Amino acid sequence: MQEQIAKIKENALEEIKNVQDAKSLNEVRVKYLGKKGELTQVLRGMGTLAPEERPIIGSKVNEVRELLENAIKEKEEKFAQEALQRKLESETIDITLPGTKIKRGSKHPVNRVIEEIEDLFVSMGYDVVSGPELETDEFCFERLNLPKGHPARDMQDSFYITNEYLLRTQTSAVQARTMLANTEKTPIRMICAGKTYRREDDATHSHQFGQVEGLVIDKKERNVSLADLKGTLEVFVKKLIGKNCELRFRPSYFPFTEPSYEVDVSCFKCGGKGCNICKQTGWIEILGSGIVHPNVLKMNGYDPEEYGGFAFGTGLERLAMFKYGIPDMRYLYANDIRFLSQFDRKDEEI
Amino acid sequence: MKLSTNFLKDYVDLDANIDVKQLAEDMTRVGNEYDSAGKLINATNLVIGEIVECKDHPDSDHLHVCKVNIGKEILNIVCGAPNARKGIKVIVALDGAVLPEKTIKRGVIRGQESNGMMCSMEELGLEHKFLKPEDREGIAELGEDAVVGEDPIKYLQMDDEVIDFDLTANRGDLLSILGMAYEVGAIYDKPVKEVDLSHKEQGEDINKKFTAEVKTENCNLLLVKKVENVEIKESPVFIKNRLIASGIRPINNVVDISNYVMLELGQPLHFYDADRLGNKLVVRMAKEGEKLTTLDGNERTLSQEDIVIADSTHGVGLAGVMGGLETEVENDTKNIIIEAAIFDSVKIRKTSNKILRSEASNRFEKGLDPNRTYMAAERACTLLEKYANGKVVTGTVVYDKTDKTDKEIDIAFQNVNDVLGTIIPNEEILNVFRKLGFTYKVNGQKATVKVPTRRMDISIKEDLIEEVSRIYGVDNIQGKLPVVPMRQGSYDKTLREIRNKMIALGLNETLSYILINDKEVHQYTLDEFEKLKLLDPITEDRNTLRYSMIPSLFKIFEYNEAREQKDISIFEIGKGFYKKGEVYGEDTKLCALMTGKYSLGLNNTKNVDFYTVKGVAEEILEYLGYANRYSFIKGEFPKEMHPGQSAYISVNGANVGMIGKLHPNVTKENVYVLEINLDQLFQKKVGKMKYKEISKFPTVKKDVAFIVDKKAISKDIEKTIKNAGGSLLTDIEVFDVYTGTNIEEGKKSIAYSLTFSDNKKTLTDEEINNLMNKIIDTVCKKMNAELRK
Repeated sequence: MQEQIAKIKENALEEIKNVQDAKSLNEVRVKYLGKKGELTQVLRGMGTLAPEERPIIGSKVNEVRELLENAIKEKEEKFAQEALQRKLESETIDITLPGTKIKRGSKHPVNRVIEEIEDLFVSMGYDVVSGPELETDEFCFERLNLPKGHPARDMQDSFYITNEYLLRTQTSAVQARTMLANTEKTPIRMICAGKTYRREDDATHSHQFGQVEGLVIDKKERNVSLADLKGTLEVFVKKLIGKNCELRFRPSYFPFTEPSYEVDVSCFKCGGKGCNICKQTGWIEILGSGIVHPNVLKMNGYDPEEYGGFAFGTGLERLAMFKYGIPDMRYLYANDIRFLSQFDRKDEEI
Repeated sequence: MKLSTNFLKDYVDLDANIDVKQLAEDMTRVGNEYDSAGKLINATNLVIGEIVECKDHPDSDHLHVCKVNIGKEILNIVCGAPNARKGIKVIVALDGAVLPEKTIKRGVIRGQESNGMMCSMEELGLEHKFLKPEDREGIAELGEDAVVGEDPIKYLQMDDEVIDFDLTANRGDLLSILGMAYEVGAIYDKPVKEVDLSHKEQGEDINKKFTAEVKTENCNLLLVKKVENVEIKESPVFIKNRLIASGIRPINNVVDISNYVMLELGQPLHFYDADRLGNKLVVRMAKEGEKLTTLDGNERTLSQEDIVIADSTHGVGLAGVMGGLETEVENDTKNIIIEAAIFDSVKIRKTSNKILRSEASNRFEKGLDPNRTYMAAERACTLLEKYANGKVVTGTVVYDKTDKTDKEIDIAFQNVNDVLGTIIPNEEILNVFRKLGFTYKVNGQKATVKVPTRRMDISIKEDLIEEVSRIYGVDNIQGKLPVVPMRQGSYDKTLREIRNKMIALGLNETLSYILINDKEVHQYTLDEFEKLKLLDPITEDRNTLRYSMIPSLFKIFEYNEAREQKDISIFEIGKGFYKKGEVYGEDTKLCALMTGKYSLGLNNTKNVDFYTVKGVAEEILEYLGYANRYSFIKGEFPKEMHPGQSAYISVNGANVGMIGKLHPNVTKENVYVLEINLDQLFQKKVGKMKYKEISKFPTVKKDVAFIVDKKAISKDIEKTIKNAGGSLLTDIEVFDVYTGTNIEEGKKSIAYSLTFSDNKKTLTDEEINNLMNKIIDTVCKKMNAELRK
């Protein structure tokens, strides 16, 4: 009988091994382990054995049964895995087809530059302020030391709406507003970006353009010297244009500052050797700046004997053009969707 | 201002190693920018030649074949100029010569060898307006005294270098060679030479016969001198060339001298033909409508704002702008009246803006130094005596209300260093003043600086500090960062958040012009306001400030549509302007325009419709914290909007914006717009964002659909459901709207998904069923609806 059991085990294992699918496996199970299965038959036939042999044969049968059950289970799992594998394979898709398009918007390059400048100056403790674009002559000119008839008003031919109201020609108008609004006459550190308007329209001038303006007012003996202005603008320009650029301060004239300086940056294209972008000079004019004129302080409620300040301003379009390599200012205002949608990602970190 | 360096060298010596570029750069560093710097005649490889043989070209009806002696050799040159002939001295550009417009190369012209080019003055870069009639005909003909083989530019005395400065408005003093000499002298620490004013005066004093009368406060200084028996002829070469280098066309010696003195000293002069003027000069304001014929032959109609120079009866010149035709110096003029005056700069500016901007008016506008006026009157006499053989009449007629004393300004050395952030020693500061030609008295830690009247731009100590920074050198001042008490910078990021939200919703941000055509200003709005029109627009298409931003965005749509761009979703945050009553104002607005496909890709394509733009509006309002406070309401819409597919946005009862489809009369495309007045919106304050407890008990969702009249409005049904559902009904969402099969004509089905929950317990089926029954009953009754089964 033991031989019979051994034979069954051998045969069954061989059959399990050779089975090719779940259905045949089940047939093998029935054949050996079913109610009428071969192994079950052995148990049934145990009645013919001597009593002392029965437990030996019984345990042997159970041992083989367990062995076969495990083998079948193992095989079943294998089949299940294979079946799953086949199913997954059948589900394979063309991963090169396009993903569902989520429409992506874009931020205008000029506003990108504004945000970058605002973030920089806020990190240095400046307040971001704003002012009206429809300004009065008083704030746009008179309170900035530009009385009526002043020749410097020629530099900025203006869009007047009435004798009193005009579209602001410069964000400097916000300087006067900020100083007047600060009734406590405490120190000021402000930055203001916005639209400005002048009566000119050609390839390099747009009648509407963006400016950013900074103003610092503090006790005269501290923090508001030309050296402080230079240091501040070095940080600003290097952040906006690049670490390697050089700055050149050139004395100039603005009615609201004295002394006044224009700031040139070494040409980002040729590095200062001279090219058509810098008109062969190696320098590109980028900022106007200076020490706040005592008349401006006085007219806006600060005592020039006690307080001093510096101010600076720059055009935003040019910064955007430098930053993104935009060759023509008019692209910024044409709003061609193919242009706009290029500015649809995060700026690189500098 | 074009600076001739030859002219400059009359008054200041320049070191030999300083070339024109270096000078221009050094001037730039002290604040005087330039547009260009280079040779007056920018040509290389030129030599004086003599045509020794000139034959007609065998294969041409106009070319000549010339043999030209250039000293070392005789060249064969083909030339097309009609005046080419044997015996004349010419300018030869040799092989390899670079001229302003071309490079010369040896070559063969119709079979004849040509080893260079004979040049006209124009080919050498001389502007057309400076060409004499004979120069326009052909190649330049040099005088007999020209030496073959030598440099023709030297021979012509045109070996000059010119810097074209772009000066700042405050430096009127630099509109003169003398002023430039002081500036250059300060840079290189060189003394400025004296101006030669020497001349003889003779005869009876001018004051005996001639009178001047100033009847307006707009003239502070008037000097009149007389020079008799002038000989009108061509100017000496150096005068002509310096005028040309400075951009002024030579006329004759007398007219040229008035311009020469203006260039030299910065004081515009006017010369009258004394015999036509008579013995009186009056300065007065013009009468309204007064007529005057100016030098250019144009009759001008004047206003009370113009200053006029008159004789005893009528106007003879427009002060500071242009002389009159009647008293002009002409070829037969014998005697000259010199007028040197200072007129009000603002008045001159206004008049010249109206009539003509000239070298003279530019100088009057910037302001003049009265001491220089005296100098200029004398200098003109000196030159007229020397170059026109004039006899200067004794004396000067003087009307003078000016202050000619030097300004004294006190300045503390510490103050200089405080403003500049430097530690410049006192001596170094004083050295700057010395270089500038300012005198000073030191008084302990202070100095009193005497500023010559020529520096009209300097009046306060800050101006002196600027001079120190200029001449000491801004480059020598080290930048530092301010050391300040730490404080937090602040900004209102709301607009930026809105921008980022719109971008996240897939819209492209634009930057549009605020100026539009006045015909468009009242479009897309029914608001009442006065339009704001520019007094002096550049074009009619941009003559008015926009109120709504939609016209701006619509233009962008049209621009892109014309370029075959069909899918446009754009937005912008900007200003709209108005006058309401007496108030001028501006509001910040958010505007969007959407058309074409919005979502794209496989199985995901969706064209923009009303609900897309409404969704964008809702997103923005919810994002800004206005959830449950807004509604979209019907009303009367501007004629540019589709009357059935537009809605006003109402937040707590206030109208803050509009969405909708553009009317087919505006565009055939399906274009949707959104505009929200952000300033009005922000008047509705938003509460703090606060945590709400999440129910620990399960929520239950139930769907229900009603069949209602096609015109029924979902918002009303929602309200009814909400009222019936009470506090346990926590959310209502429309998930389907259906018309068609199984739905009766004139009806529609709207399906809602309702969410129920209770913070305190799990809701039982019975409770839910009761609530649902109540909702269904109420809606069916109140909304005349029928439950869809």
